[in-house]
Amino acid sequence: MNLLLTVLTLSLLGVLLAVILYFVAQKFKVEEDPRIDEVEKMLPGANCGGCGFAGCRAMSEALVKNDNIDALYCPVAGGDVMKSIAGYLGKSAADKAPMVATMLCGGTCQKRPKINHYDGALSCAVVNTFYIGETGCAFGCIGYGDCVQACKFGAMALNPETGLVEIDPDKCTACGACVKTCPKGLIELRKKWPKNRAIYVACRSKNRGSVVMKVCKAGCIGCGKCAKACPFGAITIDSYLAYINPDKCKLCRKCVNECPTGAINIKNMERLPKEPAAPKAEAPAVAKSETAK
Amino acid sequence: MRTFPIGGIHPHDNKEWSKDKAIEVLELPDEAKLPMVQHIGSPATPIVQKGDKVLTGQVIGQSTGFVSANIHSPISGTVTNVDMFPNGQGQRRMMVVIKREGDEWLETIDRTPDHKRECTLEPKEIIAKIKDAGIVGLGGAQFPTHVKLTIPDGQKAEVVVINGVECEPYLTSDYRTMLERAEMVLTGTEIVMRAVGVKRAVIGVENNKPDAIKHLREVIARDGYHGIEVMPLKMRYPQGGEKQLIAAVTGREVPPPPALPISVGAVVCNVSTCVAIYEAVQKNKPLIERVVTVTGKHLNSTHNYLARFGTPASRFFELAGIPEGDVKLLNGGPMMGRSVVDITAPLIKGCSGLTVITGAEAARGKELSCIKCAKCVSVCPMGLEPYLLSKLAKMQKWDMAEEHNTVDCIECGCCSYTCPSNLPLLDYIRIGKQTVSTIVRARAAANNKK
Amino acid sequence: MATRLFAAPSPHIHGGENTRRIMLDVILALVPALAVSTYVMGWRALFITGVAVAGCVVFEYIISRFLLKRGSTIGDLSAIVTGMLLAFNLPVGIPWWIVLIGAVVAIGVGKMTFGGLGCNPFNPALTGRIFLLIAYPVQMTDWTTNVPDTISGSTALAEVKYSTYDVAGNIVLDRMNLESVDFLGMFGGTMNGSLGEIASLALILGGLYLLWRKVITWHIPVAVLGTMAVFALCVALGIGGGALCYELPLFHILAGGALLGAIFMATDYSTSPMTHKGMLLYGVGIGLLTMIIRLWGAYPEGMSFAIFIMNAATPLINKYLRPKRFGTKK
Repeated sequence: MNLLLTVLTLSLLGVLLAVILYFVAQKFKVEEDPRIDEVEKMLPGANCGGCGFAGCRAMSEALVKNDNIDALYCPVAGGDVMKSIAGYLGKSAADKAPMVATMLCGGTCQKRPKINHYDGALSCAVVNTFYIGETGCAFGCIGYGDCVQACKFGAMALNPETGLVEIDPDKCTACGACVKTCPKGLIELRKKWPKNRAIYVACRSKNRGSVVMKVCKAGCIGCGKCAKACPFGAITIDSYLAYINPDKCKLCRKCVNECPTGAINIKNMERLPKEPAAPKAEAPAVAKSETAK
Repeated sequence: MRTFPIGGIHPHDNKEWSKDKAIEVLELPDEAKLPMVQHIGSPATPIVQKGDKVLTGQVIGQSTGFVSANIHSPISGTVTNVDMFPNGQGQRRMMVVIKREGDEWLETIDRTPDHKRECTLEPKEIIAKIKDAGIVGLGGAQFPTHVKLTIPDGQKAEVVVINGVECEPYLTSDYRTMLERAEMVLTGTEIVMRAVGVKRAVIGVENNKPDAIKHLREVIARDGYHGIEVMPLKMRYPQGGEKQLIAAVTGREVPPPPALPISVGAVVCNVSTCVAIYEAVQKNKPLIERVVTVTGKHLNSTHNYLARFGTPASRFFELAGIPEGDVKLLNGGPMMGRSVVDITAPLIKGCSGLTVITGAEAARGKELSCIKCAKCVSVCPMGLEPYLLSKLAKMQKWDMAEEHNTVDCIECGCCSYTCPSNLPLLDYIRIGKQTVSTIVRARAAANNKK
Repeated sequence: MATRLFAAPSPHIHGGENTRRIMLDVILALVPALAVSTYVMGWRALFITGVAVAGCVVFEYIISRFLLKRGSTIGDLSAIVTGMLLAFNLPVGIPWWIVLIGAVVAIGVGKMTFGGLGCNPFNPALTGRIFLLIAYPVQMTDWTTNVPDTISGSTALAEVKYSTYDVAGNIVLDRMNLESVDFLGMFGGTMNGSLGEIASLALILGGLYLLWRKVITWHIPVAVLGTMAVFALCVALGIGGGALCYELPLFHILAGGALLGAIFMATDYSTSPMTHKGMLLYGVGIGLLTMIIRLWGAYPEGMSFAIFIMNAATPLINKYLRPKRFGTKK
């Protein structure tokens, strides 16, 4: 009898609680567009914030709610996924070329010698709070890898030999976390070419050429030879610094051989055959080693 | 004996290395580089060009806006360059370079050695003269003095607090100033009192400088400086912090930022700033030189120099002789000074000393994990929790760092100094403070727009 | 020697305090108590302490080097402190293998699982002791071998406790004969109890040394002992009786692990609050819980449990009791 009573009481209690829970759940139910869940599933789920929203969920909500989703773009998923999401929602997606993060400093330990020994907390941001870093260049890579910490995709690594950060273009999703992190603003999202080909000026120094040459052998001295050589007008010189506009550049490689310091990096491509009046012998050697990597 | 209410440490003051060295006038530099930013606020605009002839005391950088300061030529000669040059930390700054030719001064500057005490100028005229002379806080903060002396509407100054604490280890420039230039300090104090309209001034001096206290008191009694009192304070770092000094002297605590010292009726000036104020108001002499200590345990010689701005740091190190081995060169003292990596950089207004730390002392100890000993909490003079602020900044939790008042931090370094695990607490707190301040300012700007 | 130019953010000097020195101070502060215990209890006290210390050091070395693979951390001497405190909390007659088990639990479970020094939420030595108390209750309360001429084999607290209850469970303090308590012996080290808790005077000396070296602040020990004394006084006043008013507080402070707990265990850095206000609250909590367990709980001694419970409350205390912000009233 006791046994029966116990079983009954507990069962009744269980049923009662279930009913209460049901009504509470009904009462506080949040009406949500079921498409948000679907869109969220289509997104990569990295929650990296590369889209400008707090996470993939927030991005999905924006995608579902906004009529015009041209401004919304998930750099991790890329254009194809965005198109399929747009198709699912019956909206149109803007075409966006894939991008890749590029580190614009070529000042390796050999080319840009250290002139002091940093002894504080190992963080670029800490270094940047009070001085320019261990080398003489106020624009170059500090080399403590804040960007490596910021990268959620394992696409970045510090090369202990060069003291510089290297980016794996296959893993990079162009989320832009590293761009925001770098206190020197050395990382740029550039157009991603097939086979990870790339040509860019690996220097951001706005110092005069004479100052650059004193502190770094790989820096841009703003001589302007590359700009003259460029048939597409993609290269501009501002504050003694050349910049290759990724939207205009066609990877013709004419600028690469012109650079006297080897500041123009060329990746996954052969250089143009050397012309008779090739510049200093050092420059090609540099570029070759870069290409080999 | 009075001191500030919470926190603080007792580092060895190491002043014995240079405290007995009388102020020497350093020879004029052959070339002077003058950064256009030697103050907090907007940079001055260079108003000279390459090839211009300038006289000593002539304005070469015009202040832009209220919180800004003029820059004057410390030597006479020809402007050879106006361009970006590295400062002591290697950062590029706009500088005017002057090559010295002779030593010609502006006619208006009174170069006679007589002490001129009487001042009949109106407060506004005094402040205008201070502004023209480009005077900034010489204790290290480099805050424009005329801004400090302009009392905002609705507030009233009650007491002038003169900072003769010099709590930073090693440095002795303020100490020598008080000993050798007491009359100037006191007349400068009188002028400040006149400018802000108060009858009482207190000079706070730590009790490790008994002869400075004695000397100032003697001069006050001898020359009848009424309303000026010297208050000995119990030695404790960071007593020279503005808020700490006010609390020690008046017993009042300045409320958290953005409140200023004037909210408790105090106006604070450094003793060296008082000398500059005296010279500007009574002698028409702009701020072109200062007393700077060159010190360190293993230098060949230590000095207190009266040097013109723009003198390269390398000149001081040459004269003192840097030992070989591991060294750290500091602009300022070891607690708050900045590491110098480029010795071509010039002497600037806020530099009260160049300290050389050598050998094992130059390097930091090995970082271990936090053992939660709470020593950083008990030494923090602002009542913060450094271990937590440091962690939050490292994790980039800015909202929580703001909640824990990271902007209150005065960067005195007590927390890192005391940490038994050698954690770089302040390194990270500084990032947190800077980031949160930026966020707070941006938010305020956005709110103003609405 | 080449000149190397260093650069770092301020401050550029350090006070010279370090973790190892702090731990060394704690070890030094524990030595007098160990000496008295060895004198009173014989060489076995030293042996048990040695086993506990060796166990803790070896286990920490093994765990940090081979399990966590991040370099040995025994250099900071904290394992030695844990070992000593663990031994101090054990009866001297305990079999040596139980001590080793205690060391494994203290270091393995109490400390390294949480990430090592500074990360543990509970005092490692206490974790070890409480584990042993539950796992080996008989051995952990066998005091017979302590002092050769003690026959009763129970601690003063236990004696008082189990003689002060009547059948109905009410406190009948009349039965407690405080006059028979040997206060001088409690000071000097001849009372019955765990290895390290018997020498009150030596423990107080160690505490003063730690205060002088600024390893600990007065807040926690004073709060703990003060609360216990006040609580005992209230109880004594409630019952009435002249001498009790003065003797009961003193008895509770000297008896059992009160001093060892208040000075050495409760002040453990990582498990105690960060602010002075918090430390006071934490100390009061420990004092209250100890007295409640001692007077009305199932165990004669409540220090370990009280500290353990307040360890758990420490994060909460840290969250709510923050230091006074400069420039504000409170």
